[in-house]
Amino acid sequence: MACLLEAPLRISVLSEVTATSRHYVDRLFDPDPQKVLQGVIDMKNAVIGNNKQKANLIVLGAVPRLLYLLQQSSSSLELRTECAVVLGSLAMGTENNIKSLVDCHIIPALLQGLLSPDLIFIEACLRCLRTVFISPVTPVQLLYTDPTVIPHLMSLLSNSQRTQEYITQIFSHCCKTPEHQTVLFNHGAIQNIAPLLISPSYKVRMQALKCFSVLAYENTQVSMTLVNVLVDGELLSQVFVKMMQRDQPIEMQLTAAKCLTYMCRAGAIRTDDNCIVLKTLPCLVRMCSKEHLLEERVEGAETLAYLMEPDVELQRIASTTDHLVAMLADYFKYPSSVSAITDIKRLDHDLKHAHELRQAAFKVYASLGSNDEDIRKKITETENMMDRIVSGLSESSIKVRLAAVRCLHSLSRSVQQLRTSFHDHAVWKPLMKLLQNAPDEVLVMASSTLCNLLLEFSPSKEPILESGVIELLCSLTQSDSPALRVNGIWALMNMAFQADQKVKVEIVRCLGTEQLFRLLSDPDGNVLMKTLGLLRNLLSTRPHIDQIMSSHGKQIMQAVTLILEAEHSIEVKEQTLCILANIADGNTAKELIMTNDDMLQKIKYYMGHSNVKLQLAATFCVSNLIWNEEEGSQERQDKLREIGFVDILHKLTQSSDPNLSDRAKTALQQYLA
Amino acid sequence: MAALGAGSMPLGDPAFNYQEQELNERLKRLYPAVNEEETPLPRSWSPKDKYSYIGLSQNNLRVHYKGHGKNHKDAASVRATHPIPAACGIYYFEVKIVSKGRDGYMGIGLSAQGVNMNRLPGWDKHSYGYHGDDGHSFCSSGTGQPYGPTFTTGDVIGCCVNLINNTCFYTKNGISLGVAFTDLPPNLYPTVGLQTPGEIVDANFGQQPFVFDIEDYMSEWRAKIHGMIARFPIGERLGEWQAVLQNMVSSYLVHHGYCATATAFARATETMIQEDQTSIKNRQRIQKLVLAGRVGEAVDATQQLYPGLLERNPNLLFMLKCRQFVEMVNGTDSEVRCLTGRSPKSQDSYPGSPSLSPRHGSSNTHLHSGGADSPTCSNGVTPPNKSKSHSGVGGSKYPSASSSASSSTSSSPSSINYSESNSSDSTKSQPHSANSNQETSDSEMEIEAEHYTNGVVEGSSARIMNGTYKHEEILQADDNSIGNGVTDDGCANSRQLCGGNQAATERMIQFGRELQALSEQLCREYGKNATHKKMLQDAFSLLAYSDPWNCPVGQQLDPTQRESLCSALNSAILESQNLPKQPPLMLALGQATECVQLMARVRSGSCSFARVDNFLH
Repeated sequence: MACLLEAPLRISVLSEVTATSRHYVDRLFDPDPQKVLQGVIDMKNAVIGNNKQKANLIVLGAVPRLLYLLQQSSSSLELRTECAVVLGSLAMGTENNIKSLVDCHIIPALLQGLLSPDLIFIEACLRCLRTVFISPVTPVQLLYTDPTVIPHLMSLLSNSQRTQEYITQIFSHCCKTPEHQTVLFNHGAIQNIAPLLISPSYKVRMQALKCFSVLAYENTQVSMTLVNVLVDGELLSQVFVKMMQRDQPIEMQLTAAKCLTYMCRAGAIRTDDNCIVLKTLPCLVRMCSKEHLLEERVEGAETLAYLMEPDVELQRIASTTDHLVAMLADYFKYPSSVSAITDIKRLDHDLKHAHELRQAAFKVYASLGSNDEDIRKKITETENMMDRIVSGLSESSIKVRLAAVRCLHSLSRSVQQLRTSFHDHAVWKPLMKLLQNAPDEVLVMASSTLCNLLLEFSPSKEPILESGVIELLCSLTQSDSPALRVNGIWALMNMAFQADQKVKVEIVRCLGTEQLFRLLSDPDGNVLMKTLGLLRNLLSTRPHIDQIMSSHGKQIMQAVTLILEAEHSIEVKEQTLCILANIADGNTAKELIMTNDDMLQKIKYYMGHSNVKLQLAATFCVSNLIWNEEEGSQERQDKLREIGFVDILHKLTQSSDPNLSDRAKTALQQYLA
Repeated sequence: MAALGAGSMPLGDPAFNYQEQELNERLKRLYPAVNEEETPLPRSWSPKDKYSYIGLSQNNLRVHYKGHGKNHKDAASVRATHPIPAACGIYYFEVKIVSKGRDGYMGIGLSAQGVNMNRLPGWDKHSYGYHGDDGHSFCSSGTGQPYGPTFTTGDVIGCCVNLINNTCFYTKNGISLGVAFTDLPPNLYPTVGLQTPGEIVDANFGQQPFVFDIEDYMSEWRAKIHGMIARFPIGERLGEWQAVLQNMVSSYLVHHGYCATATAFARATETMIQEDQTSIKNRQRIQKLVLAGRVGEAVDATQQLYPGLLERNPNLLFMLKCRQFVEMVNGTDSEVRCLTGRSPKSQDSYPGSPSLSPRHGSSNTHLHSGGADSPTCSNGVTPPNKSKSHSGVGGSKYPSASSSASSSTSSSPSSINYSESNSSDSTKSQPHSANSNQETSDSEMEIEAEHYTNGVVEGSSARIMNGTYKHEEILQADDNSIGNGVTDDGCANSRQLCGGNQAATERMIQFGRELQALSEQLCREYGKNATHKKMLQDAFSLLAYSDPWNCPVGQQLDPTQRESLCSALNSAILESQNLPKQPPLMLALGQATECVQLMARVRSGSCSFARVDNFLH
């Protein structure tokens, strides 16, 4: 079994290989087992804390030999244990070391070793496995390839504090997907790990807690099970609350808060439960304070943002807790001017975390401001907040850009902010820039924000129009992502609302009727609704209706027919009938309906529909067709009377819905005049 | 302390008494460092320290507004009965808004004594408040700063004063709103102010559980202060500190006469013992005699070993003689006991520990496992392989070795006692009774010491760990099998004056006369001494009762009364040898305790979380 190494590494390291390193490896091949054992022990002492020596030994092929000795049943238990210890020590080195070990198939060999009856040997193997698995270079999947491994690890949990610590640490690092969660859950992870939460060993308690946080994340099944688990007669949520006590280590408080947050988001704990409102939320806010490490502040803020995202009451409470809004402003002050001067190390540290801090703060602001107008105001009034968002939109880090645009999106739901701070800071400019050539997740948030900026009362609407946004939005409607198509067409819809003829023509030209009709048959209901909305906005005011219908009447009528005939929701049909009503309002466009008997029958059908909304829309359409003051109204009235509309209108005047009966009466009056 | 609160309250309302009790318990738990005799805690609003527009009800906990409420000139405040003591460390109270009244212009906060009460808290110098109508905080100023949310009917507002960093934060319905004020002056009173008709608020100074988890907040600060103490930098002086600590432990062991333990400790730490071993053993022997109630022998031994000592300390001598008289009544002093022919020490229920370590309450027993609280009886714990040289002192573990030889009236298997060298035939018949007192007690001490070492030396580290749990357990387990002749063989019921012996009683009376004479002599030489007089009176009073053990002065007969005397004698001996009369360890402990109390007086709030008790475990 040869050890595969990347070529450049081998050359560079080989040049430094010394004779002593070779000597260590040679001794592993001694025919006398006692000498081999002594060789391994000497090697153990030589590699501790010596990365160079570790690399040398790996290059010289010590790993396959150690693995061979470890697996050989003829080896003494002591030798096998020492081999596992040396391998564990080698794994403690650089990432390259781990890669080499994994390439030598160390994982199956060590997993095999766990079947030994000897606890000391098992612990040595687990310790090495732990070190290998917590490295980011090790493929997590290797833990799950052999289906017998997980149940065996579960059974080893009862053996000693060490096995508990190592195994739970492996689990918490190797549980990355819902599938992993399910595998661990199905093998009794919860029942096996829950008792460890009250272990006398801090390390065991901590690793067990981490396991629960990764198991519960976005997992309803796990979370629902967790709330009913008792540990020593106490509910698990209460155990977590105790771990959040303020005299506990920060790491433990934070991880326990994460567990409760995930259980809450998965629906297992109500958002108004005291353990969330009075314990978890305040704990997470505390983690954001200046006195904690930058990493802890990032994690605390991100978890807090996640916890309160869907609940306005939690957002309100958080907004008043410990000056959170002002506290987060501090996240933007890294690296501080002080650190740059005084301490290079500190500057380096600050720089490394600056992006993380900023994006975490944006996330919290985004969550805080997603519903409550007062909170949005508080956020925008925080020192330099709008400037920070604006510069965040154009940062190099994609995470920061995404979080900044999320924050902007939350704030853009405020009519007041759209009218004031958004306009003052010309946020549309960086937003437009962001829309060019950004990854999909950023595009979704940015285009959604743009939709709000294009609302008719937004002062930013004009400058955005002038910047040539139509083309960009039209291209979004062609995206594979339904969210982007919705946002694209939604923005166009907002843009077309009460717009100039010029803008409308530009939209139709740019989008193209073909694309318009493609969108009308979009599988996504939202896209269809917004497209109909766009059509309706385009077909408003008489001259516009006539102009568009004269050039695209045939296709539009066709599309309307198709939608009315197909299976669609009431809302879609209503919107379609409203479009028809708009068409009926045109001067020349009317004729497109009047000459279409099939369409008239459809209108008649919907006037007798069981849904009032559809009846109302259809009646509105008829009312427009027979309106008196317009040219040729007499003929249209006659024609419709022939088809039986008058009888239906009479019937509708008796409707229990006041709107509908009013509408019907108004229509009938056209005949009387 | 409890009486202090109850004293000012009207009696008769059981519900109220219950609330009062709950208040006392909560305050004691929250502010253990506060000495209420010096600095009482706020328990209600003061009916004397308020503006006339304020009405109080419900035991001065409810405040309502009774003015016109036209404008800010009609504002009115009330202060609590006492200022917040610094020794609280962290102080907290809550106010529930029962009704916001007309406009809800309510202020909750703090103010110093003498601040104008015709104002809302926060408007004046040394006054601080959080106002419900606008949610602003007022820091000694008429204009507020945006601080928190507004509050109204049904809300519970808390105010927490941190006397460690002199800041204050508020809570609303159990949620912390963040720091409102910094650099607060000392001696602030909880204060509320109201301004419009209908405003009613209720205070909770601890009468009920708080909505906010203040104890959790306190635990964070306790951990912080403890961490600060634990991480206190000692820098270069590390070696110096270690030597000091070793010296403290060693001197403590020597002081109480743990000879072998002290020797073992000195060997392990390579330090020197100031006193020579014989001297330690002598002191130990004398202490043992006093604690066993054999004061006459103790006096003899002292006079023999330390000639002139008692002559120079006539007070001590008098106390010893007084005690000897009491022990005669008890039937334990050897002058009496040799006449009774009863099992020696059969009435002595005092556990055999020679030590007199200070008591810290039962929770701390394993700090000083050799101490009086955990009787470390020598004989009973001797492992079999160690007992080869003293087969006679086996205790109940070796009943055969002792009971056969015993001819005493006692049924106790442990009646073989080292102490009988100078007395009855029954004990002389035993092989070991030929040994001198000194020799026997000596070997005992060694046994104990050896056991001590066994119990605490852990594995390869060979580090002596004082008072490990394991060790404690061994000692406890052997409680029942304590040899040493202290088994109480049911004679408690048949206790009689001087053991019921006529000759003994006569001897006692004679001794009483001698004592009287001594008292008169001292009076002539040194003038009247009220303490002596009282002591003598109490001792003689015992004779006036048919059952001295159950009489008003019977307390004197309790063996634990020997402790203070034993300690005084030990100190006197040490002093005569030019050694400290108190072990430095106890001095340091006393000093630390005193310092913490001093911190409270100079208003350093951290004293609340730096209690000496917290570190004794």
